[in-house]
Amino acid sequence: MKLRRDLAIIADWIAPQSRILDLGCGEGELLAYLRAEKGVQGYGVEIEEDRVVAAIRRGIPVIQQDLDQGLKNFADLSVDTVVLSLTLQATTFPRQLLLEMLRVGREVIVTFPNMGHWHARWQLGVLGKMPTTDALPHTWYDTPNIHLCTIRDFEQLCADNGIVIHQRVVLNDRRRSTWRNRLLPNFFGEVALYRCALDAR
Amino acid sequence: MPAQIPADSVGLVTPQTVTFPAELQLECGRSLPGYTLVYETYGVLNRERSNAILLCHALSGDHHAAGYHQLEDRKPGWWEHLLGPGKAMDTKQFFFVCANFIGSCKGSTGPASINPETGSPWGLDFPMVTVRDWVKTQADLADHLDIAQWAAVIGGSLGGMQVMQWSMDYPERLRNAVVIAAAPKLTAQNIAFNEVCRQAIMTDPDFHNGRYYAHDTKPRRGLSLARMIGHITYLSDDAMRSKFGRDTRGGKAFSFGFDVDFEVESYLRYQGSSFVERFDANSYLYITKALDYFDPASAYGGNLAEAFARIQAAFLVISFSSDWRFSPERSREIVQALYTCNRDVSYAEIEATHGHDSFLMPIPQYVAVLRTYLQRVAEEIGL
Repeated sequence: MKLRRDLAIIADWIAPQSRILDLGCGEGELLAYLRAEKGVQGYGVEIEEDRVVAAIRRGIPVIQQDLDQGLKNFADLSVDTVVLSLTLQATTFPRQLLLEMLRVGREVIVTFPNMGHWHARWQLGVLGKMPTTDALPHTWYDTPNIHLCTIRDFEQLCADNGIVIHQRVVLNDRRRSTWRNRLLPNFFGEVALYRCALDAR
Repeated sequence: MPAQIPADSVGLVTPQTVTFPAELQLECGRSLPGYTLVYETYGVLNRERSNAILLCHALSGDHHAAGYHQLEDRKPGWWEHLLGPGKAMDTKQFFFVCANFIGSCKGSTGPASINPETGSPWGLDFPMVTVRDWVKTQADLADHLDIAQWAAVIGGSLGGMQVMQWSMDYPERLRNAVVIAAAPKLTAQNIAFNEVCRQAIMTDPDFHNGRYYAHDTKPRRGLSLARMIGHITYLSDDAMRSKFGRDTRGGKAFSFGFDVDFEVESYLRYQGSSFVERFDANSYLYITKALDYFDPASAYGGNLAEAFARIQAAFLVISFSSDWRFSPERSREIVQALYTCNRDVSYAEIEATHGHDSFLMPIPQYVAVLRTYLQRVAEEIGL
Protein backbone atom coordinates (compact mmCIF):
# COMPACT_ATOMS: atom_id res chain seq x y z
CA MET A 1 0.00 0.00 0.00
CA LYS A 2 1.61 3.26 -1.16
CA LEU A 3 0.62 6.57 0.39
CA ARG A 4 0.94 10.08 -0.95
CA ARG A 5 4.09 11.67 0.50
CA ASP A 6 2.34 14.07 2.90
CA LEU A 7 0.07 11.28 4.14
CA ALA A 8 3.09 9.00 4.61
CA ILE A 9 4.64 11.56 6.95
CA ILE A 10 1.40 11.78 8.93
CA ALA A 11 1.26 7.99 9.10
CA ASP A 12 4.82 7.94 10.49
CA TRP A 13 3.77 10.28 13.28
CA ILE A 14 0.91 8.08 14.42
CA ALA A 15 1.62 5.45 17.05
CA PRO A 16 0.71 1.82 16.30
CA GLN A 17 -2.50 0.57 17.96
CA SER A 18 -3.56 4.11 18.77
CA ARG A 19 -7.04 5.54 18.30
CA ILE A 20 -7.43 8.40 15.88
CA LEU A 21 -9.94 10.69 14.22
CA ASP A 22 -9.27 11.83 10.65
CA LEU A 23 -11.24 15.01 9.95
CA GLY A 24 -12.02 15.54 6.30
CA CYS A 25 -10.87 11.98 5.65
CA GLY A 26 -11.76 12.05 1.95
CA GLU A 27 -11.92 8.53 0.59
CA GLY A 28 -10.21 7.18 3.69
CA GLU A 29 -6.82 6.32 2.17
CA LEU A 30 -4.85 7.35 5.29
CA LEU A 31 -7.13 5.42 7.64
CA ALA A 32 -7.15 2.35 5.42
CA TYR A 33 -3.35 2.36 5.51
CA LEU A 34 -3.17 2.92 9.27
CA ARG A 35 -5.70 0.20 10.04
CA ALA A 36 -3.93 -2.30 7.81
CA GLU A 37 -0.30 -1.45 8.60
CA LYS A 38 -0.31 -0.13 12.15
CA GLY A 39 -3.38 -1.66 13.77
CA VAL A 40 -4.78 1.80 14.36
CA GLN A 41 -8.44 2.15 15.31
CA GLY A 42 -9.73 5.13 13.46
CA TYR A 43 -12.81 6.99 12.37
CA GLY A 44 -13.08 9.31 9.43
CA VAL A 45 -15.24 12.42 9.39
CA GLU A 46 -16.38 13.61 6.00
CA ILE A 47 -19.17 15.78 4.68
CA GLU A 48 -19.11 15.02 0.95
CA GLU A 49 -21.53 12.27 -0.10
CA ASP A 50 -19.38 10.49 -2.70
CA ARG A 51 -16.41 10.41 -0.37
CA VAL A 52 -18.52 8.91 2.42
CA VAL A 53 -19.51 6.11 0.06
CA ALA A 54 -15.89 5.67 -1.07
CA ALA A 55 -14.70 5.40 2.54
CA ILE A 56 -17.41 2.82 3.29
CA ARG A 57 -16.22 0.88 0.24
CA ARG A 58 -12.76 0.74 1.81
CA GLY A 59 -14.27 -0.54 5.03
CA ILE A 60 -13.43 2.62 6.96
CA PRO A 61 -15.81 3.71 9.72
CA VAL A 62 -16.83 7.14 8.51
CA ILE A 63 -19.13 9.66 10.13
CA GLN A 64 -20.86 12.13 7.84
CA GLN A 65 -20.61 15.44 9.58
CA ASP A 66 -19.93 19.10 8.88
CA LEU A 67 -16.73 20.23 10.63
CA ASP A 68 -18.12 23.75 10.75
CA GLN A 69 -20.72 22.46 13.23
CA GLY A 70 -17.92 21.57 15.65
CA LEU A 71 -16.90 18.30 17.27
CA LYS A 72 -19.24 18.31 20.25
CA ASN A 73 -20.24 14.68 19.67
CA PHE A 74 -16.66 13.58 20.39
CA ALA A 75 -15.77 13.45 24.07
CA ASP A 76 -12.73 15.10 25.66
CA LEU A 77 -9.52 13.16 25.04
CA SER A 78 -11.47 10.34 23.39
CA VAL A 79 -8.69 9.67 20.85
CA ASP A 80 -4.91 9.81 20.85
CA THR A 81 -4.54 11.86 17.68
CA VAL A 82 -6.84 14.06 15.62
CA VAL A 83 -5.73 14.58 12.01
CA LEU A 84 -6.79 17.48 9.81
CA SER A 85 -5.13 17.04 6.45
CA LEU A 86 -5.29 19.88 3.90
CA THR A 87 -8.70 20.93 5.23
CA LEU A 88 -8.03 23.71 7.76
CA GLN A 89 -8.16 26.37 5.03
CA ALA A 90 -11.66 25.26 4.00
CA THR A 91 -13.27 25.57 7.44
CA THR A 92 -15.35 28.51 8.62
CA PHE A 93 -13.82 28.67 12.11
CA PRO A 94 -10.25 27.36 11.85
CA ARG A 95 -9.14 28.55 15.28
CA GLN A 96 -12.17 27.07 17.06
CA LEU A 97 -11.76 23.82 15.16
CA LEU A 98 -8.10 23.59 16.11
CA LEU A 99 -8.97 24.11 19.77
CA GLU A 100 -11.78 21.55 19.51
CA MET A 101 -9.32 19.05 18.02
CA LEU A 102 -7.01 19.64 20.97
CA ARG A 103 -9.92 18.98 23.32
CA VAL A 104 -10.80 15.66 21.65
CA GLY A 105 -7.26 14.35 21.10
CA ARG A 106 -4.06 14.35 23.12
CA GLU A 107 -2.24 15.42 19.99
CA VAL A 108 -3.23 16.94 16.66
CA ILE A 109 -1.70 16.71 13.23
CA VAL A 110 -2.55 19.62 10.95
CA THR A 111 -1.42 20.08 7.38
CA PHE A 112 -2.22 22.98 5.08
CA PRO A 113 -1.08 24.62 1.83
CA ASN A 114 1.30 27.48 2.57
CA MET A 115 0.17 30.80 1.11
CA GLY A 116 3.67 32.19 1.78
CA HIS A 117 5.12 29.98 -0.97
CA TRP A 118 7.15 32.00 -3.47
CA HIS A 119 4.87 31.09 -6.33
CA ALA A 120 1.85 32.47 -4.50
CA ARG A 121 3.81 35.59 -3.55
CA TRP A 122 4.89 36.03 -7.16
CA GLN A 123 1.36 35.83 -8.44
CA LEU A 124 -0.06 38.24 -5.89
CA GLY A 125 2.96 40.54 -5.37
CA VAL A 126 4.23 40.86 -8.95
CA LEU A 127 1.43 39.76 -11.25
CA GLY A 128 -1.21 41.24 -8.95
CA LYS A 129 -3.62 38.31 -9.11
CA MET A 130 -4.95 35.80 -6.63
CA PRO A 131 -2.59 32.83 -6.55
CA THR A 132 -3.44 29.43 -7.91
CA THR A 133 -0.92 26.68 -7.23
CA ASP A 134 -0.78 22.89 -7.41
CA ALA A 135 -1.92 22.74 -3.81
CA LEU A 136 -4.53 25.48 -4.35
CA PRO A 137 -5.84 24.96 -7.87
CA HIS A 138 -9.12 26.87 -7.50
CA THR A 139 -9.94 30.30 -8.87
CA TRP A 140 -10.80 32.95 -6.25
CA TYR A 141 -14.53 32.90 -7.07
CA ASP A 142 -14.86 29.15 -7.00
CA THR A 143 -12.78 27.95 -4.11
CA PRO A 144 -13.69 26.04 -0.95
CA ASN A 145 -10.54 27.54 0.61
CA ILE A 146 -11.75 30.53 2.58
CA HIS A 147 -9.13 30.76 5.33
CA LEU A 148 -5.73 30.60 3.71
CA CYS A 149 -2.65 31.22 5.83
CA THR A 150 1.12 31.11 5.74
CA ILE A 151 3.50 29.12 7.90
CA ARG A 152 4.22 32.24 9.91
CA ASP A 153 0.48 32.90 10.42
CA PHE A 154 -0.14 29.38 11.66
CA GLU A 155 2.74 29.47 14.10
CA GLN A 156 1.48 32.79 15.42
CA LEU A 157 -1.94 31.24 15.97
CA CYS A 158 -0.32 28.40 17.93
CA ALA A 159 1.74 30.80 20.02
CA ASP A 160 -1.32 32.93 20.81
CA ASN A 161 -3.36 29.92 21.93
CA GLY A 162 -0.89 27.97 24.06
CA ILE A 163 -0.34 25.34 21.39
CA VAL A 164 3.09 23.73 21.35
CA ILE A 165 4.54 22.56 18.05
CA HIS A 166 6.25 19.22 18.58
CA GLN A 167 7.27 18.62 15.00
CA ARG A 168 7.13 20.39 11.67
CA VAL A 169 7.86 19.22 8.16
CA VAL A 170 7.62 21.50 5.16
CA LEU A 171 7.42 20.05 1.68
CA ASN A 172 8.10 21.74 -1.64
CA ASP A 173 5.89 21.65 -4.72
CA ARG A 174 7.08 18.11 -5.44
CA ARG A 175 6.07 17.05 -1.92
CA ARG A 176 9.72 16.72 -0.88
CA SER A 177 11.64 18.13 2.03
CA THR A 178 14.88 19.73 0.69
CA TRP A 179 17.55 22.04 2.16
CA ARG A 180 15.80 25.04 0.60
CA ASN A 181 12.46 24.48 2.37
CA ARG A 182 14.27 23.75 5.57
CA LEU A 183 16.20 27.03 5.28
CA LEU A 184 13.30 29.23 4.15
CA PRO A 185 10.16 27.20 4.83
CA ASN A 186 7.71 30.06 4.47
CA PHE A 187 9.18 30.89 1.05
CA PHE A 188 9.90 27.49 -0.47
CA GLY A 189 7.36 25.32 1.35
CA GLU A 190 4.14 24.50 -0.44
CA VAL A 191 2.62 22.18 2.15
CA ALA A 192 3.26 22.44 5.88
CA LEU A 193 2.74 19.56 8.32
CA TYR A 194 2.53 20.11 12.05
CA ARG A 195 2.28 17.90 15.06
CA CYS A 196 1.03 19.89 18.05
CA ALA A 197 -0.42 19.62 21.52
CA LEU A 198 -1.66 21.94 24.21
CA ASP A 199 0.99 23.57 26.34
CA ALA A 200 -0.26 22.05 29.57
CA ARG A 201 0.04 18.49 28.30
CA MET B 1 -51.25 -5.65 -10.21
CA PRO B 2 -48.13 -5.16 -12.30
CA ALA B 3 -48.72 -6.08 -15.96
CA GLN B 4 -45.71 -8.29 -15.54
CA ILE B 5 -43.51 -8.86 -12.52
CA PRO B 6 -40.39 -6.67 -12.97
CA ALA B 7 -37.08 -8.50 -13.46
CA ASP B 8 -35.58 -6.82 -10.41
CA SER B 9 -38.34 -8.07 -8.12
CA VAL B 10 -38.10 -11.22 -6.04
CA GLY B 11 -41.38 -12.12 -7.77
CA LEU B 12 -43.97 -14.35 -6.13
CA VAL B 13 -43.33 -15.21 -2.50
CA THR B 14 -45.17 -17.44 -0.08
CA PRO B 15 -45.28 -16.62 3.62
CA GLN B 16 -44.32 -19.41 5.98
CA THR B 17 -45.37 -20.00 9.55
CA VAL B 18 -43.65 -21.61 12.50
CA THR B 19 -45.14 -22.29 15.90
CA PHE B 20 -43.02 -22.37 19.03
CA PRO B 21 -44.94 -24.40 21.59
CA ALA B 22 -42.79 -23.55 24.61
CA GLU B 23 -43.93 -20.87 27.03
CA LEU B 24 -42.44 -17.46 26.20
CA GLN B 25 -41.42 -15.36 29.19
CA LEU B 26 -41.99 -11.69 28.43
CA GLU B 27 -40.28 -8.58 29.72
CA CYS B 28 -43.50 -7.38 31.37
CA GLY B 29 -43.43 -10.38 33.72
CA ARG B 30 -46.24 -12.27 32.01
CA SER B 31 -45.82 -15.04 29.48
CA LEU B 32 -47.39 -16.45 26.34
CA PRO B 33 -48.27 -20.15 26.18
CA GLY B 34 -46.35 -20.59 22.93
CA TYR B 35 -46.61 -18.42 19.84
CA THR B 36 -46.63 -18.40 16.07
CA LEU B 37 -44.49 -16.33 13.71
CA VAL B 38 -45.24 -15.70 10.07
CA TYR B 39 -42.21 -14.87 7.95
CA GLU B 40 -40.89 -14.65 4.42
CA THR B 41 -37.47 -15.35 2.96
CA TYR B 42 -35.81 -14.06 -0.20
CA GLY B 43 -32.67 -15.39 -1.85
CA VAL B 44 -30.82 -18.60 -1.06
CA LEU B 45 -29.07 -19.56 2.16
CA ASN B 46 -25.51 -20.65 1.31
CA ARG B 47 -23.98 -23.92 2.48
CA GLU B 48 -21.95 -22.20 5.24
CA ARG B 49 -25.21 -20.54 6.40
CA SER B 50 -23.25 -17.29 6.58
CA ASN B 51 -25.16 -15.04 4.17
CA ALA B 52 -28.38 -14.57 6.15
CA ILE B 53 -29.70 -11.09 6.86
CA LEU B 54 -32.61 -10.40 9.17
CA LEU B 55 -34.94 -7.53 8.29
CA CYS B 56 -36.95 -5.91 11.08
CA HIS B 57 -40.16 -4.12 10.17
CA ALA B 58 -41.71 -0.95 11.55
CA LEU B 59 -45.05 -0.13 13.22
CA SER B 60 -47.45 -0.85 10.40
CA GLY B 61 -45.11 -3.09 8.43
CA ASP B 62 -45.11 -6.85 8.26
CA HIS B 63 -43.20 -9.90 7.06
CA HIS B 64 -43.97 -9.06 3.42
CA ALA B 65 -40.88 -6.97 2.63
CA ALA B 66 -40.65 -7.62 -1.12
CA GLY B 67 -42.32 -9.29 -4.07
CA TYR B 68 -45.95 -10.28 -4.57
CA HIS B 69 -48.16 -12.89 -2.96
CA GLN B 70 -50.15 -13.25 -6.12
CA LEU B 71 -50.25 -11.64 -9.53
CA GLU B 72 -53.41 -9.77 -8.59
CA ASP B 73 -51.61 -7.86 -5.80
CA ARG B 74 -51.90 -4.13 -6.30
CA LYS B 75 -48.67 -3.40 -4.42
CA PRO B 76 -45.45 -5.32 -3.72
CA GLY B 77 -43.82 -5.65 -0.27
CA TRP B 78 -42.90 -2.55 1.71
CA TRP B 79 -39.15 -2.58 0.94
CA GLU B 80 -39.52 -3.50 -2.74
CA HIS B 81 -37.46 -0.46 -3.83
CA LEU B 82 -34.40 -1.65 -1.97
CA LEU B 83 -34.73 -5.42 -1.79
CA GLY B 84 -34.46 -7.73 -4.77
CA PRO B 85 -32.04 -9.20 -7.30
CA GLY B 86 -29.34 -6.61 -8.05
CA LYS B 87 -30.84 -4.04 -5.66
CA ALA B 88 -29.13 -2.38 -2.68
CA MET B 89 -30.15 -5.40 -0.60
CA ASP B 90 -29.25 -7.97 -3.19
CA THR B 91 -31.11 -11.29 -3.07
CA LYS B 92 -28.53 -12.76 -5.45
CA GLN B 93 -25.97 -12.47 -2.66
CA PHE B 94 -27.82 -12.73 0.59
CA PHE B 95 -30.61 -14.75 2.14
CA PHE B 96 -33.09 -12.34 3.71
CA VAL B 97 -35.57 -13.21 6.45
CA CYS B 98 -38.39 -10.95 7.57
CA ALA B 99 -40.84 -11.96 10.31
CA ASN B 100 -44.00 -10.27 11.51
CA PHE B 101 -43.51 -9.50 15.19
CA ILE B 102 -45.86 -10.77 17.90
CA GLY B 103 -48.52 -8.32 18.98
CA SER B 104 -49.04 -7.41 15.33
CA CYS B 105 -51.92 -8.68 13.22
CA LYS B 106 -50.48 -10.12 10.03
CA GLY B 107 -50.30 -13.77 11.05
CA SER B 108 -48.03 -13.81 14.07
CA THR B 109 -49.63 -14.20 17.49
CA GLY B 110 -51.29 -10.98 18.60
CA PRO B 111 -54.32 -9.52 20.37
CA ALA B 112 -56.63 -10.72 17.56
CA SER B 113 -55.40 -14.32 17.97
CA ILE B 114 -57.33 -16.83 20.03
CA ASN B 115 -56.40 -17.08 23.68
CA PRO B 116 -56.19 -20.86 24.23
CA GLU B 117 -57.46 -20.46 27.78
CA THR B 118 -60.69 -18.75 26.84
CA GLY B 119 -61.18 -19.82 23.25
CA SER B 120 -61.86 -16.24 22.21
CA PRO B 121 -59.58 -13.43 20.94
CA TRP B 122 -57.12 -12.05 23.49
CA GLY B 123 -58.08 -8.40 23.01
CA LEU B 124 -56.54 -6.32 25.78
CA ASP B 125 -55.84 -9.49 27.80
CA PHE B 126 -52.90 -10.03 25.47
CA PRO B 127 -49.70 -9.42 27.47
CA MET B 128 -47.66 -6.31 26.75
CA VAL B 129 -44.81 -7.10 24.38
CA THR B 130 -41.59 -5.13 23.98
CA VAL B 131 -38.77 -4.69 21.48
CA ARG B 132 -36.71 -7.06 23.61
CA ASP B 133 -39.45 -9.72 23.41
CA TRP B 134 -39.55 -9.37 19.62
CA VAL B 135 -35.81 -9.89 19.39
CA LYS B 136 -36.13 -12.99 21.57
CA THR B 137 -38.72 -14.45 19.20
CA GLN B 138 -36.56 -13.58 16.20
CA ALA B 139 -33.68 -15.46 17.88
CA ASP B 140 -36.01 -18.46 18.19
CA LEU B 141 -36.67 -18.11 14.47
CA ALA B 142 -32.91 -17.97 13.78
CA ASP B 143 -32.53 -21.23 15.74
CA HIS B 144 -35.41 -22.76 13.79
CA LEU B 145 -33.71 -21.78 10.51
CA ASP B 146 -30.36 -23.00 11.89
CA ILE B 147 -28.72 -19.60 11.49
CA ALA B 148 -26.07 -19.18 14.17
CA GLN B 149 -25.04 -15.69 13.13
CA TRP B 150 -26.64 -13.09 10.90
CA ALA B 151 -24.35 -11.38 8.39
CA ALA B 152 -26.42 -8.34 9.25
CA VAL B 153 -29.62 -7.29 10.96
CA ILE B 154 -31.27 -4.35 9.21
CA GLY B 155 -34.27 -2.24 10.18
CA GLY B 156 -35.86 1.15 9.71
CA SER B 157 -37.71 3.20 12.33
CA LEU B 158 -39.07 0.79 14.96
CA GLY B 159 -37.15 -1.85 12.99
CA GLY B 160 -33.94 0.04 13.78
CA MET B 161 -34.73 -0.26 17.48
CA GLN B 162 -34.93 -4.03 17.10
CA VAL B 163 -31.53 -3.95 15.40
CA MET B 164 -30.02 -2.14 18.39
CA GLN B 165 -31.69 -4.58 20.78
CA TRP B 166 -30.29 -7.51 18.79
CA SER B 167 -26.76 -6.16 19.06
CA MET B 168 -27.14 -5.74 22.82
CA ASP B 169 -28.91 -9.02 23.63
CA TYR B 170 -27.13 -11.37 21.23
CA PRO B 171 -23.80 -9.62 20.55
CA GLU B 172 -22.17 -12.68 18.98
CA ARG B 173 -25.10 -13.49 16.72
CA LEU B 174 -24.76 -10.61 14.24
CA ARG B 175 -21.74 -9.29 12.37
CA ASN B 176 -23.32 -6.04 11.25
CA ALA B 177 -26.14 -3.82 12.40
CA VAL B 178 -27.84 -1.37 10.05
CA VAL B 179 -30.02 1.14 11.88
CA ILE B 180 -32.08 3.40 9.62
CA ALA B 181 -34.19 6.42 10.64
CA ALA B 182 -34.36 5.25 14.25
CA ALA B 183 -33.80 6.67 17.73
CA PRO B 184 -32.36 5.33 20.99
CA LYS B 185 -35.65 6.20 22.69
CA LEU B 186 -38.78 8.19 22.02
CA THR B 187 -39.00 11.85 22.97
CA ALA B 188 -41.89 13.28 24.96
CA GLN B 189 -43.26 14.60 21.66
CA ASN B 190 -43.10 11.12 20.06
CA ILE B 191 -44.91 9.60 23.03
CA ALA B 192 -47.46 12.39 22.93
CA PHE B 193 -48.32 11.60 19.32
CA ASN B 194 -48.64 7.92 20.17
CA GLU B 195 -50.92 8.71 23.08
CA VAL B 196 -53.22 10.82 20.90
CA CYS B 197 -53.41 7.90 18.47
CA ARG B 198 -54.25 5.46 21.25
CA GLN B 199 -56.87 7.78 22.70
CA ALA B 200 -58.46 8.10 19.26
CA ILE B 201 -58.84 4.31 19.18
CA MET B 202 -59.83 3.74 22.79
CA THR B 203 -62.47 6.47 22.89
CA ASP B 204 -64.17 5.19 19.74
CA PRO B 205 -67.62 3.84 20.84
CA ASP B 206 -66.95 0.73 18.76
CA PHE B 207 -63.81 -0.09 20.73
CA HIS B 208 -65.71 -2.04 23.44
CA ASN B 209 -62.62 -2.08 25.63
CA GLY B 210 -60.72 -4.05 23.00
CA ARG B 211 -63.42 -6.75 22.66
CA TYR B 212 -64.83 -5.40 19.43
CA TYR B 213 -64.23 -8.77 17.74
CA ALA B 214 -67.15 -10.22 19.71
CA HIS B 215 -69.36 -7.33 18.64
CA ASP B 216 -68.54 -7.94 15.00
CA THR B 217 -67.31 -4.40 14.60
CA LYS B 218 -64.10 -2.41 14.94
CA PRO B 219 -63.13 1.11 16.03
CA ARG B 220 -62.94 2.38 12.47
CA ARG B 221 -63.05 6.07 13.21
CA GLY B 222 -60.46 5.79 15.97
CA LEU B 223 -57.98 3.68 14.04
CA SER B 224 -58.43 5.79 10.94
CA LEU B 225 -57.80 8.94 12.96
CA ALA B 226 -54.72 7.36 14.52
CA ARG B 227 -53.36 6.57 11.08
CA MET B 228 -54.06 10.10 9.84
CA ILE B 229 -52.12 11.57 12.75
CA GLY B 230 -49.32 9.08 12.30
CA HIS B 231 -49.15 9.81 8.61
CA ILE B 232 -48.66 13.53 9.18
CA THR B 233 -45.64 12.75 11.33
CA TYR B 234 -44.14 10.44 8.68
CA LEU B 235 -44.14 13.17 6.02
CA SER B 236 -42.22 16.42 6.09
CA ASP B 237 -43.78 19.84 5.76
CA ASP B 238 -41.99 20.20 2.41
CA ALA B 239 -43.15 16.81 1.16
CA MET B 240 -46.77 17.68 1.94
CA ARG B 241 -46.42 21.08 0.34
CA SER B 242 -44.98 19.69 -2.86
CA LYS B 243 -47.38 16.75 -2.99
CA PHE B 244 -50.60 18.62 -2.21
CA GLY B 245 -49.92 22.30 -1.65
CA ARG B 246 -53.31 23.92 -1.14
CA ASP B 247 -54.78 22.18 -4.15
CA THR B 248 -58.47 21.55 -3.89
CA ARG B 249 -59.92 18.23 -4.81
CA GLY B 250 -60.48 18.10 -8.57
CA GLY B 251 -59.63 21.82 -8.68
CA LYS B 252 -63.11 22.66 -7.37
CA ALA B 253 -64.08 25.87 -5.55
CA PHE B 254 -64.44 25.81 -1.74
CA SER B 255 -67.55 24.03 -0.54
CA PHE B 256 -67.87 26.32 2.51
CA GLY B 257 -68.72 23.21 4.47
CA PHE B 258 -66.93 20.45 6.35
CA ASP B 259 -66.62 17.93 3.60
CA VAL B 260 -63.29 17.42 1.85
CA ASP B 261 -62.05 20.61 0.15
CA PHE B 262 -58.31 20.10 -0.02
CA GLU B 263 -56.37 17.28 -1.63
CA VAL B 264 -54.44 16.75 1.58
CA GLU B 265 -57.71 16.07 3.44
CA SER B 266 -58.77 13.60 0.83
CA TYR B 267 -55.38 11.88 0.96
CA LEU B 268 -55.40 11.56 4.75
CA ARG B 269 -58.96 10.23 4.80
CA TYR B 270 -58.01 7.65 2.22
CA GLN B 271 -54.89 6.65 4.19
CA GLY B 272 -57.01 6.36 7.32
CA SER B 273 -59.83 4.32 5.87
CA SER B 274 -57.61 1.96 3.89
CA PHE B 275 -55.51 1.32 6.98
CA VAL B 276 -58.59 0.20 8.89
CA GLU B 277 -59.08 -2.59 6.37
CA ARG B 278 -55.60 -3.97 6.86
CA PHE B 279 -54.71 -3.34 10.47
CA ASP B 280 -56.04 -4.34 13.87
CA ALA B 281 -56.68 -1.49 16.31
CA ASN B 282 -55.50 -3.46 19.34
CA SER B 283 -52.22 -4.22 17.58
CA TYR B 284 -51.78 -0.50 17.01
CA LEU B 285 -52.15 0.06 20.76
CA TYR B 286 -49.66 -2.66 21.69
CA ILE B 287 -47.03 -1.67 19.13
CA THR B 288 -47.10 2.03 20.00
CA LYS B 289 -46.60 1.06 23.65
CA ALA B 290 -43.59 -1.06 22.70
CA LEU B 291 -42.20 2.02 20.94
CA ASP B 292 -42.79 4.19 24.00
CA TYR B 293 -41.12 1.69 26.35
CA PHE B 294 -37.97 1.24 24.27
CA ASP B 295 -35.09 2.89 26.14
CA PRO B 296 -32.06 0.63 26.55
CA ALA B 297 -30.07 3.37 28.29
CA SER B 298 -32.56 3.64 31.17
CA ALA B 299 -31.10 0.60 32.93
CA TYR B 300 -27.72 2.39 32.89
CA GLY B 301 -28.72 5.72 34.34
CA GLY B 302 -29.43 7.10 30.88
CA ASN B 303 -25.94 6.26 29.59
CA LEU B 304 -26.41 4.75 26.14
CA ALA B 305 -22.71 3.95 25.72
CA GLU B 306 -22.91 1.70 28.79
CA ALA B 307 -25.97 -0.03 27.38
CA PHE B 308 -23.93 -0.60 24.20
CA ALA B 309 -20.83 -1.87 26.02
CA ARG B 310 -21.31 -5.55 25.09
CA ILE B 311 -21.95 -4.87 21.40
CA GLN B 312 -19.64 -6.63 18.95
CA ALA B 313 -21.31 -5.82 15.62
CA ALA B 314 -20.09 -3.11 13.28
CA PHE B 315 -22.77 -0.48 12.71
CA LEU B 316 -24.10 1.53 9.83
CA VAL B 317 -26.46 4.29 10.97
CA ILE B 318 -28.51 6.24 8.44
CA SER B 319 -30.77 9.25 8.97
CA PHE B 320 -32.72 11.58 6.69
CA SER B 321 -32.50 15.38 6.77
CA SER B 322 -36.26 16.03 6.66
CA ASP B 323 -37.24 13.32 9.17
CA TRP B 324 -38.70 15.12 12.15
CA ARG B 325 -40.23 12.06 13.79
CA PHE B 326 -36.80 10.47 14.32
CA SER B 327 -34.52 13.33 13.36
CA PRO B 328 -30.84 13.04 12.39
CA GLU B 329 -29.99 14.33 15.86
CA ARG B 330 -31.44 11.12 17.34
CA SER B 331 -29.30 8.97 15.04
CA ARG B 332 -26.25 10.99 16.04
CA GLU B 333 -26.90 9.98 19.66
CA ILE B 334 -26.60 6.35 18.59
CA VAL B 335 -23.40 7.09 16.66
CA GLN B 336 -21.91 9.00 19.57
CA ALA B 337 -22.59 6.14 22.00
CA LEU B 338 -21.00 3.61 19.63
CA TYR B 339 -17.98 5.88 19.17
CA THR B 340 -17.67 6.20 22.93
CA CYS B 341 -17.55 2.44 23.38
CA ASN B 342 -15.03 1.94 20.57
CA ARG B 343 -17.30 0.17 18.12
CA ASP B 344 -16.89 0.48 14.37
CA VAL B 345 -19.63 2.81 13.18
CA SER B 346 -20.35 4.60 9.94
CA TYR B 347 -22.98 7.28 9.72
CA ALA B 348 -24.68 8.76 6.70
CA GLU B 349 -27.08 11.69 6.85
CA ILE B 350 -29.09 11.57 3.65
CA GLU B 351 -30.50 14.73 2.09
CA ALA B 352 -34.12 13.80 1.51
CA THR B 353 -37.45 15.59 1.32
CA HIS B 354 -39.79 12.73 2.20
CA GLY B 355 -39.54 12.94 5.99
CA HIS B 356 -39.56 9.75 8.04
CA ASP B 357 -40.96 7.77 5.10
CA SER B 358 -37.65 8.34 3.27
CA PHE B 359 -36.37 5.03 4.58
CA LEU B 360 -38.79 3.28 2.22
CA MET B 361 -37.74 5.29 -0.85
CA PRO B 362 -35.03 4.60 -3.45
CA ILE B 363 -33.13 7.84 -2.77
CA PRO B 364 -29.89 7.56 -4.78
CA GLN B 365 -27.43 8.44 -2.00
CA TYR B 366 -29.28 6.17 0.46
CA VAL B 367 -29.18 3.33 -2.05
CA ALA B 368 -25.45 3.96 -2.70
CA VAL B 369 -24.57 3.91 1.01
CA LEU B 370 -26.59 0.78 1.76
CA ARG B 371 -25.43 -1.06 -1.35
CA THR B 372 -21.77 -0.21 -0.72
CA TYR B 373 -21.92 -1.23 2.92
CA LEU B 374 -23.57 -4.57 2.12
CA GLN B 375 -21.03 -5.13 -0.66
CA ARG B 376 -18.37 -4.79 1.99
CA VAL B 377 -20.27 -7.21 4.25
CA ALA B 378 -20.39 -9.70 1.37
CA GLU B 379 -16.63 -9.38 0.82
CA GLU B 380 -15.89 -9.86 4.49
CA ILE B 381 -17.78 -13.13 4.66
CA GLY B 382 -16.31 -14.24 1.34
CA LEU B 383 -19.42 -14.21 -0.84
